Amino acid sequence: MSARRLYIFGGIGLIAVGLMFGDIFAVFILHQNASRQGEALLAACRAVAAGDRGTVNEIFARLGSMLEDRGTKVDAHVHMIDAGYLALLLALVQPYVAISRPAKKLMASLFIVGGVFLPVGIFLIHYVGLAYSPFRAIGWASVLADSAGFLLIVVLIAQAWGFWKYLGSRQLAEPELPTDGGMPRRALLTGGTILVLLGFVHGAYYAGALLYQHEKMETAILQRMIGASTNGNLELAATEVNNFGNLAGARAVNLAAHSHIIEFGLLAMLLSFVQPFVFVSEKWKRRWVKLLLGGSVILPVFVLLELKLGLLAGGIADVGGLMVLVSLIGMLVGILRYSGTLDVRESLPPESAL
Amino acid sequence: MTISWSRKVLLFGGLALAAFGMLYGLQYALFAEHPTLDQMGGSLAQSFDAAAGRDPAQSQAALERYGETKYNYVREVDAHSHWVGLAMLMMVLGVVFDGVHFKEGTRQIIASSLLAGSVLFPLAVILQTYQHGALLPKALAIVGPGLVITALMAAAWGFSRTRSTA
Repeated sequence: MSARRLYIFGGIGLIAVGLMFGDIFAVFILHQNASRQGEALLAACRAVAAGDRGTVNEIFARLGSMLEDRGTKVDAHVHMIDAGYLALLLALVQPYVAISRPAKKLMASLFIVGGVFLPVGIFLIHYVGLAYSPFRAIGWASVLADSAGFLLIVVLIAQAWGFWKYLGSRQLAEPELPTDGGMPRRALLTGGTILVLLGFVHGAYYAGALLYQHEKMETAILQRMIGASTNGNLELAATEVNNFGNLAGARAVNLAAHSHIIEFGLLAMLLSFVQPFVFVSEKWKRRWVKLLLGGSVILPVFVLLELKLGLLAGGIADVGGLMVLVSLIGMLVGILRYSGTLDVRESLPPESAL
Repeated sequence: MTISWSRKVLLFGGLALAAFGMLYGLQYALFAEHPTLDQMGGSLAQSFDAAAGRDPAQSQAALERYGETKYNYVREVDAHSHWVGLAMLMMVLGVVFDGVHFKEGTRQIIASSLLAGSVLFPLAVILQTYQHGALLPKALAIVGPGLVITALMAAAWGFSRTRSTA
């Protein structure tokens, strides 16, 4: 398997596993975790009202652990998918990276290893903690994640160096990917660009109109919550806990919609380039593309609608994620079936291959 | 085989920005993230603890510390993720930029705008943590995304044009 195919196969695999993990997390953990956080805050309010400092500290230790649990799972999901995107990108730029074929394969293998261990390390942070760690604040799982991240950086620097060498020689290291102008490629490229643009516009709107407002609201809600608890008004405190949960939900869905629509747009654009490696009939290619673009719209739109429609929208959003996942697995199967014609071309000098 | 200047800007700029964004994230994770998270959680806990001890001044001060720490944390993480995300977008566009059917001069302006916006926007986000409400970070936070959105719209327009109209 050539370095380029390794990047493509590993990249799509990382994205598929990252999406699957995200879907499982959203369905089985996210909402339950949010309701446990609300219960813990309410218990903290009761402890404040009773003047029980010991219980307050106990609750916050538990709350910190809950937040770490949620944060590391979100980070593992995001980093696995992003490593997959970078792998697909590196597959695209391989013709412009002037380093030897074995070195390229080694770099590709190291990148995939780093892309796997980075999210695995992040996921384990909550469970491993500081056990047997010689450091004050960093546990062994963090060390694993940071080492894997460093590996990715080393590979990226090597690729940049290879590109610098290419600029000196102006000789393609291997043939560029064929520019097959069929419907799947055009649909993915156009659809992807539109999704990215929509994501940017939504992000700019959120940052300009809502971000600062939400930040101010959070402190104000906490202030009222603590004040009400101190005065023994637990009914008002419970209302503020509810407001706090709603605000956290509003922030989360806006950020999730923004990041998912842009990431799916990028994914569509990236997948448009690797279509020559997807060895399935044109009819099936079109089906996978429609499924992917459909899911890429459904997920972020229904994530945003969660505030209005509640869990129903959440369920539909999860189906959107599943659609993207199924389409990715379909393409992955196509890449597995691919016989290696383009790899043979890569082993020839670029001029003769073209 | 030659590669146009605009594609060079996008490909090399994208690779360099991705490496920089990752290095920034790595140094933040190694040296700042854990203490920041501890301080964030600790401040909120202290605020409730002081309220339970009927010390409203201490509680308010801790709550303000929590707000400040969270403000900075959100922006540090955002800058890291936006640098890497925008770098990936630049690299993707770098591969297909010959399909943007404008003259090379126009393509160079689009590519340079995208690079400038991709560097400046997350930088503005970081600068906000040093001086809240300062004019320069605010201006950069508007100029950066503006450059990126305009460049993207121009690229989309270029993609939609046929070769003969370029």
